[in-house]
Amino acid sequence: MIYLAGIERVFQVGDEAVHALRNVDMTVEPGEYIAIMGPSGSGKSTLLNIIGLLDRPDKGIYRLENVDTTDLTDDEQASVRRHKIGFVFQFFYLVPRLTAAENVALPLILAGVAPSEREARVRAALAATGLSDRAKHRPDQLSGGQRQRVAIARATIMRPPVILADEPTGNLDRASGKDVIQTLEGLNKEGITLILVTHDPDLGNRAPRKLQMVDGRISGDTETL
Amino acid sequence: MLLAMAIGVASVILLTALGEGARLYVTREFTSLGTNLLIVLPGRSETTGGPPPLLGETPRDLTLEDALSLKRSSAVRRVAPITVGSAPVSWKHRDREVTILGSTPDLFDIRHLSMAQGRFIPKGDPTRGSAVCVMGHKLKKELFGNDSPLGEWARIGDRRFRVIGVLAKKGQSLGLDMGDVVVIPVASAQALFNTSALFRIMVQANSRDAIPKAKKAILSMIRERHEGEDDITVITQDALLSTFDRIFTALTLSVAGIASISLAVAGILIMNVMLIAVSQRTTEIGLLKAVGSPGRQILSLFLAESVILSIIGAAFGLVIAFFATWALARAFPSFPISAPMWALGAATGVSLLTGLIFGVLPARRAARLDPVQALSRR
Repeated sequence: MIYLAGIERVFQVGDEAVHALRNVDMTVEPGEYIAIMGPSGSGKSTLLNIIGLLDRPDKGIYRLENVDTTDLTDDEQASVRRHKIGFVFQFFYLVPRLTAAENVALPLILAGVAPSEREARVRAALAATGLSDRAKHRPDQLSGGQRQRVAIARATIMRPPVILADEPTGNLDRASGKDVIQTLEGLNKEGITLILVTHDPDLGNRAPRKLQMVDGRISGDTETL
Repeated sequence: MLLAMAIGVASVILLTALGEGARLYVTREFTSLGTNLLIVLPGRSETTGGPPPLLGETPRDLTLEDALSLKRSSAVRRVAPITVGSAPVSWKHRDREVTILGSTPDLFDIRHLSMAQGRFIPKGDPTRGSAVCVMGHKLKKELFGNDSPLGEWARIGDRRFRVIGVLAKKGQSLGLDMGDVVVIPVASAQALFNTSALFRIMVQANSRDAIPKAKKAILSMIRERHEGEDDITVITQDALLSTFDRIFTALTLSVAGIASISLAVAGILIMNVMLIAVSQRTTEIGLLKAVGSPGRQILSLFLAESVILSIIGAAFGLVIAFFATWALARAFPSFPISAPMWALGAATGVSLLTGLIFGVLPARRAARLDPVQALSRR
């Protein structure tokens, strides 16, 4: 469902051109659980951002569910992001002014879903991540693990087929981190494609398919072994 | 910043209210003079036109006969010749220097006068002046106290006049305080001041539509009588009124324009506040984009915020203006201060527009943020 070919991404940092991605090819089937690993600066986050349509490649093709994404307008891109992709970040990125329930409802509000339907879906999502009693709390009243679970609930509320997680446990202690990984893996078992970026080898080893990245290239893919 | 918007809106409304009040005040004063009036003055004064003539012109006097001849026009309803002079008026041992008005009974209707006591100058041959006079109420109070002056003989200049009436209190009418004058028949005034020249002639036209016709008739009749010379000026109350109207409207508009500058300042403040908000909420905007909000939606989000801020500021301004107008009306009851509806609407509309215009720049900046960069800024 995800098809990348010849992806290149170059950043201008001052006078230098930094080649974040060089000629990357990658195919992902629905329902896969992939961990992308590598040292910092290897381009893992950039690859994830391109898959998540937060960034555009300078060269190459990216097809998501057979739709060529390079020609999409800004509106169409936003729509794809809303419906097809759920993003979970290292730093959670919850809106500090809103409660947990309101944060989870954000994508629904943006999509124009009716308030009554919104409430039902938010309640279900919070129950699924075990946060029903924290619905009215604001992010600064939640622990790190709880915040990340709110972020996961937000990422999945639109029932996207793909979840991208960029170092989701990077800011959490071991126990909360375990909770979060289990939640994500639970979603994968339901059939959602899960792509994880991490530099923690213990985490990466849990995934059935591992990609190794060095210097903007995929240096190893356990699937092709 | 809300305060700035509020002050801007309030000042625009207040200033237009003051200007409008001034205009109403002046037009009210004018209409209190009388209706369908034309005023004839000796001497030609051009308000528009070329240089003064090379050879001097001596304007002929306006005579009583000139005035009476005007009655022949069908467009003219009433004519009141007026002579003005100053003379000492005394009764028993009290005396005062007073303005003396010489006129005919028509003056009563033309100027909408009313009597407190007695009657006005009696009808009769205006070329024969009788020795009667009508006093203003202030003068009457000074000379006679609370006693009735009717039938008494007052001395005016070197003659004696019998008091036949007292004018009711009317207040100022374009500078002439009717409480402080004595009205005598025009022929008596001419004899008293030893002149046959009239100060003015007041003419009342039959109707509003008859005014231009009356003006033409007056000009042609006097020209005929003055051997073909155009040496009078005819002012219509209408023309005066419309001139003043235009002047005051222009004044009000320019003053309101100046006040609008403060609205623009408020707009700039809104823009600054929104720019700061955008830079502080950069991660939030990045998140919104990551969650699937198109740039357009973010644009309208921030635009809506700045418009709402303007509306709140404008609402405050309306409240301030309302209270200020009310307080001023209490302090100066004779001044008709009233904020016209269009000013209220215009001020609110302009403040909304300001919010929109000055909110566009920050909103566009927010919409254009690159999500990856926005998110990486913590």
